[in-house]
Amino acid sequence: MSSLTLDRAAATDATGSGPGPGRPRRRIALIPTVTLLLGAVYCLLPVMWVVIASTKSGRELFSTFTFWPGTGFAENLTDLNSYREGVYWQWMANSAVYAGLGALLSTCVSAVSGYALATYRFRGRETVFHILLAGVLMPPVILAIPQYLLMAEADLTDSYLSVLLPQILSPYGVYLARIYAAAAVPSDVVEAGRMDGAGEWRIFTRVALPMMLPGLVTVFLFQFVAVWNNFLLPFVMLSDDERFPITLGLYTLLEQGSSQPALYTLVITGAFLAVVPLVALFLVVQRFWSLDLLSGAVKS
Amino acid sequence: MRSPARRARHAPYLFLVPAITLFLLFFALPIGYAVWLSFRKVQVSGLGLGAGAREEVWAGLENYTGALSDSELLHGALRVLGYGCIVVPVMLGLALLFALMLDAERVRLAPFTRLAIFLPYAVPGVVAALLWGFLYLPGVSPFHFVLDALGLPQPDLLDGGPLYAALSNIAVWGGTGFNMIVIYTALRAVPAEVYEAAKLDGATPLQIALRIKIPMVAPSLVLTFFFSIIATLQVFSEPTTLKPLTNSVSTTWSPLMKVYQDAFGNGDIHAAAAQATLIAVATLVLSFGFLRTADRRTKQEAGR
Repeated sequence: MSSLTLDRAAATDATGSGPGPGRPRRRIALIPTVTLLLGAVYCLLPVMWVVIASTKSGRELFSTFTFWPGTGFAENLTDLNSYREGVYWQWMANSAVYAGLGALLSTCVSAVSGYALATYRFRGRETVFHILLAGVLMPPVILAIPQYLLMAEADLTDSYLSVLLPQILSPYGVYLARIYAAAAVPSDVVEAGRMDGAGEWRIFTRVALPMMLPGLVTVFLFQFVAVWNNFLLPFVMLSDDERFPITLGLYTLLEQGSSQPALYTLVITGAFLAVVPLVALFLVVQRFWSLDLLSGAVKS
Repeated sequence: MRSPARRARHAPYLFLVPAITLFLLFFALPIGYAVWLSFRKVQVSGLGLGAGAREEVWAGLENYTGALSDSELLHGALRVLGYGCIVVPVMLGLALLFALMLDAERVRLAPFTRLAIFLPYAVPGVVAALLWGFLYLPGVSPFHFVLDALGLPQPDLLDGGPLYAALSNIAVWGGTGFNMIVIYTALRAVPAEVYEAAKLDGATPLQIALRIKIPMVAPSLVLTFFFSIIATLQVFSEPTTLKPLTNSVSTTWSPLMKVYQDAFGNGDIHAAAAQATLIAVATLVLSFGFLRTADRRTKQEAGR
């Protein structure tokens, strides 16, 4: 009975430091462990492939065994750097701007909206919440086409703003922020702030915001990944490849590759380098942040 | 003390100004504009030359009847339906399986495998499709290499029936980890005492999983199912990315690709707007229908 609770406590530990000292070694549950390992292999397979394939020269790519490393990584990197005067790194920088700035603004909007929806009781609260959430259901193309036409009216197509602005409001971000605010900001703390004569905005920025911070990190990460991974909106909005994010840049490279297979090695090396930042981000972040927060889990 | 109270009454509205402004500008206005466009058409008089020769006029339901009788749109919808029938059950089945395994006792390497299975979430759909696309491509594919070495026939993974499996696999690969985390979080929220009684009664881990754990996480299964269906209906970037690698993915493979093609390839924004509106309505009807049934179910089983 107590071993079960212990086990669940151990499972809570995201870093998984293993069985505690003094606990007797017990048998490994074979079926679950093997199933999970198979799942891990399946999920890591394409990533392993791209790491290996990026080391192959154009000739080796089609002639050597898939999982056998090649000798052309340095060459591929030089080719990628010199492709259209290093436009690849411009794409990476653009993606960093779109995702970084977009996620930051999105987190601010989500925080203030989520806080308002969680803390105050006011007329139309649930209506506003549900209307904002309904945004999740809208297929992106349905938004993207009129967004493009409206942006064209405002003379904003093919600009950084045309990709940045439509992604600031994130329905899922507002939803998460509301859950975190409701769980992390006790109403008597807000009340105490009012008694001390602090304004509503001051209570939010000085008292509530620090309490919501762990949840807001999640909103930021979620939105960062969503913007970084977005393809459709830049695909619709942009035509000048100086402003492309990495997803769109790689797509155009691949498209050209169907007529010039020499570009395939560039696409593969580019894909490998594009995966690195986000994987690194998650590896770093998961040391002090739990994946579970992403699904709205709140510790009581 | 009256003034703080009054301030507090106005505060929530002020706090919601940014979100509501953005919603109106980038959600409500575009949707309204799309609906408006869907009832309009371009009329060309004469040779269509000179000013005033092309004018926008009221079209009534013409674009809608056009969209509904468009066989390519219907075929696209059927293709996506077939694709969804593979993706959703396989992806959620795997997500549930992995979540239950993570929650099992005495499991080893759980933190590592959990992160590994979640990893594809951080890979953009375009890049995922690109990676798998190369793994399917004859000449690069390890599957072909192995089959060739064994002297077996090598199926073309990018054509016909296997194409559905190939596309589904990309979505399953990308989505399993996130759904696993959602379900696993729900599993961990179940208090341990719930299992202990069953365990004392001699229930096997399998029985506990089937009889207790799965019913307990039903709400999160409903949620993941719901979001998976929406994501499936909206599939766009994966088939678009595979397109350069094969001739079997047409520019109108999925309904959203067809909308894009009509709007930007053929320049008929009015037809595209009508199709887009139809897809949005279908999504909404499906979503609310599903949520209502799910809601009734959960209410039948003891309310929270």
